[in-house]
Amino acid sequence: MRIGKHPILDFKKGTKIEFFFEGQPVEGFLGEPIAAALHAAGIKVLRHSVKLDRPRGFFCAVGKCSSCLMEVDGVPNVFSCITPIRPGMQVRRQKGRGRIAVN
Amino acid sequence: MTNTNFLIIGGGPAGLMAALSSSEFGLDPLIIDENQTIGGQLIKQTHMFFGSKAERAGTRGFEIGMELEQEIGKRNIKIERQASAVGYYPDGTLAVLQNEKVTPLKPKAVLVATGASENFVSFPGSDLPGVYGAGAVQTLMNVYGIKPGRSVLMVGSGNIGLIVSYQLMQAGVQVKAIIEGLPKIGGYLVHASKIARAGVPILTRHTILKALGGDQVSGAVISKIDDKWQTIEGTQQTLEVDTICLAVGLSPLTEILWQAGCQMNYIPELGGQVAWHDDLMMTTMPGIFTAGDVTGIEEASTAMLEGELAGLGAVKFLKGDSKALQSRINDTACRLAALRAGPFGQKAREGKCKLAECRR
Repeated sequence: MRIGKHPILDFKKGTKIEFFFEGQPVEGFLGEPIAAALHAAGIKVLRHSVKLDRPRGFFCAVGKCSSCLMEVDGVPNVFSCITPIRPGMQVRRQKGRGRIAVN
Repeated sequence: MTNTNFLIIGGGPAGLMAALSSSEFGLDPLIIDENQTIGGQLIKQTHMFFGSKAERAGTRGFEIGMELEQEIGKRNIKIERQASAVGYYPDGTLAVLQNEKVTPLKPKAVLVATGASENFVSFPGSDLPGVYGAGAVQTLMNVYGIKPGRSVLMVGSGNIGLIVSYQLMQAGVQVKAIIEGLPKIGGYLVHASKIARAGVPILTRHTILKALGGDQVSGAVISKIDDKWQTIEGTQQTLEVDTICLAVGLSPLTEILWQAGCQMNYIPELGGQVAWHDDLMMTTMPGIFTAGDVTGIEEASTAMLEGELAGLGAVKFLKGDSKALQSRINDTACRLAALRAGPFGQKAREGKCKLAECRR
């Protein structure tokens, strides 16, 4: 799902890194937001809604609409559309309002 | 993060121009922006701008963003990235969140140039993954080089709907149709013609009835509507698409202006609730300025000139008037008026006139 050749743009990718989605390794490029890297890997469902447990993806991609909230390294309610991936990052689908990891 | 006399919230076209114009007259502004990159929505705009050479016509949006960033860099203007303004307190303190740490700043002047967020429309299935804002899709494609899907239905034929449709085709994504509720195409015909020539149907007086799919979009049902916006029986059709793009307008992001107690007015021509402002973009709260989409949905080129004016306004507010400043203000105001002078600026002109008359 990545664009190969583009008539106007030349995409300069950052270093390829690995992070984890639901415990499974996923590849992405440094500088990419979580939601973008997941989308490129074919993962569109980012969380399940609070009341009806409906699947949700991103919508606005500017960190405003809250459709893309995920659990990142144990922290819930992270805007996955504007939070860049880091090597080894643990990303999980958020269920409802999410859980806070207790050490 | 260090304190500043002039804090600029939002490093898009308006905020960056305000930083440049105010630093020209000796201010030392600080720009904060929520994103990793500055330039706001310019970074995803691959189309060439219209207008006159002075307003960078003929240059692509993302190139304008890079030019501005370079100028900002040359003048050593401070920028804090991934920093959000999360609250404005009655004593004039702005809480700025960065790296999970809140820093209280107390600037003497503030520019709220927070931009806008995409509107949503409700229909059965509109919450499914695969229903995306057109601007979101533009970011995904043009900034990160990722396709939103294989085939798209575009809802809305304003300039964003048209431009993003064309850019989807450039990225190798099929656009099945563009639908529009009104009887006529909303955006510039020059954009619409390009798309129509490529064989994409632009269906006016059409609406979306529902999105199909289990845990993500697999199709869309559309229908013709009559002049009372009621669906016409027998005109329904199902499109096989995995992406539905909503290009149904934008709303100003005004939270900080509300918190600061600025007088807000509902002006439909400007996209919703906006803060009243004077000729130098100052709101009813002394020292609080506003510019760009947050004060009326327009284009990046008008946002840049509003930002430039707001920067000059902040200079006047903090350092007083001067002949040089006044002539610079006049020049910018003239260029802004010229940009809004054509038939496409009519809505913004009317909106701004209405807003000006709202001062209580």
